[in-house]
Amino acid sequence: MNKLSVKTRGMILSVVILLMALCLWHIVTAPKVVSTPVALTGSSEYQALMGQGAGTTVEKSGFPTLAKMGETFYQQLSHPFYDNGPNDKGIGIQLAYSLGRVGLGFLLAMLVAIPFGFLIGMSPLAYEAFNPFIQILKPISPLAWMPIALYTIKDSSISGIFVIFICSVWPMLLNTAFGVANVRKELLNVTKTLEVSPMRKAFLVILPAAAPTILTGMRISMGIAWLVIVAAEMLVGGTGIGYFLWNEWNNLSLSSVIFAIIMIGLVGMLLDIAFAKLQKAVSYAD
Amino acid sequence: MQTENSFLKVEGLSKSFKIGSPPVFEGINFEIERGEFVCIIGHSGCGKTTILNVLAGLEDATDGYAYMLNREIKGPSLDRGVVFQGHALMPWMTVLQNVAFAVKSKYPNWNKAQIIEHSKKYLAMVGLVNAENKKPSELSGGMKQRVGIARAFAIEPKMLLLDEPFGALDALTRGVIQDELLKICSETKQTVFMITHDVDEAILLSDKIMLMSNGPNARIAEIVINTLPKNRKRANLHHDPMYYPMRNHLVDFLVNRSKDLQVKGSTGGLDGYQPVLVCPGLHTPITQ
Repeated sequence: MNKLSVKTRGMILSVVILLMALCLWHIVTAPKVVSTPVALTGSSEYQALMGQGAGTTVEKSGFPTLAKMGETFYQQLSHPFYDNGPNDKGIGIQLAYSLGRVGLGFLLAMLVAIPFGFLIGMSPLAYEAFNPFIQILKPISPLAWMPIALYTIKDSSISGIFVIFICSVWPMLLNTAFGVANVRKELLNVTKTLEVSPMRKAFLVILPAAAPTILTGMRISMGIAWLVIVAAEMLVGGTGIGYFLWNEWNNLSLSSVIFAIIMIGLVGMLLDIAFAKLQKAVSYAD
Repeated sequence: MQTENSFLKVEGLSKSFKIGSPPVFEGINFEIERGEFVCIIGHSGCGKTTILNVLAGLEDATDGYAYMLNREIKGPSLDRGVVFQGHALMPWMTVLQNVAFAVKSKYPNWNKAQIIEHSKKYLAMVGLVNAENKKPSELSGGMKQRVGIARAFAIEPKMLLLDEPFGALDALTRGVIQDELLKICSETKQTVFMITHDVDEAILLSDKIMLMSNGPNARIAEIVINTLPKNRKRANLHHDPMYYPMRNHLVDFLVNRSKDLQVKGSTGGLDGYQPVLVCPGLHTPITQ
């Protein structure tokens, strides 16, 4: 019993840290009872209306209490898919919109980055020729593309997808090129001596050899895409978790904002876990 | 250029990696007959692997020609199977898939069952039937090298090129695989060109041993005919009366004589040099 594995002990510690954080939250946001001196001037009714009633007042913190948070969680999660018009949709629908945009933009980026990465990985000439452009385009914040996207595409939703595309394309492109360019020379020599056709070589040797590196690039891209979608939807508006968050801020509903933040974190974590699983599936021991 | 009817012929081969620097090797001339097992020995840096790569078609020589069956070697071919120094197995494929990949390359029209059957036959030959579904990372160094050998044999090449195949193996494993290779080669009458650093390995396996002088300006200094009987075995090799003359000759070359030609060669004193043919123990034309 006294020798628990590091994993179990870590989990226990995580729970303790969470409970402590929640405790702290509770203490900080707990309503303070303050006795205010009673000024018996003017109408007491007026004073009551102004929140200056006789006796003690309860000074409320603007930050939601744990009870309020629990209420928000319960409300949002018990009806995740309700739809009461453009400004009032359930969290499930909003997340689905965001995931849809990310998925579409990511898929388009994959369709471009992997074949193109293959090309520049195989050809040192192509690599040299395209590298300066990639190096300049890569560090540009994807949101900087937003005005150009909105101007040329003229559709805010598609512009959001474009922004996801442009931010996911670079890590995938560079990792694919790197993985393809660094396939062990020995293995390529084997395919040469076996006179393997270019197609068989690409799909049966280079692709599996570079797959772990390509998936690392995809995992980085997905991480960035999920970061960017929130910001993009805040700008573009309409639907999605980013818009939901901004909308709740305009409603001054901090508890919903916090709820949205936690949901973003959870979904991001799940996406990362999924890609970690995929990565493990294609990796090989040398 | 007209060539005689030897199986493999190399003429005036030389290679420099940088323009202006002395060639690693030059004036390399030798022939290999069908069914012959030829070893090449020399110190590191004399270009043995480069010669093998030229024969495999993986590298181009700076000068000179290599012919197989009267056709110039240009680029890799399924006629020449290569066993690489570091096994070079696809790490994501199982043992069987690795061999089947090669078989499928050689016989693209075979159906799956034929390919599997053929691959299994060659895996059985190197004693790896039970490991066919393992990944290379699950195998020992000796087993990996056996898969490499099975893969090279499975494409039934006209010639086999082995680049120090046992270099990374421990002595016991090395001995076992040497015996296997000897058995397989005598059964299949395979023509083999092999690089080795191990004098005993060369004596055990080869019909003739080519000795290279040191590089740069390396040449094939001597071609030593193996004077030991054909049915030699690792177990009784060192009891053969020819063994010590043979071994001493090879070691003497590596220790003492391999530097001499380099000096002569770098001053251009060896143009048109033909290697000396030696039969140690029978007659030794070179005196110390």
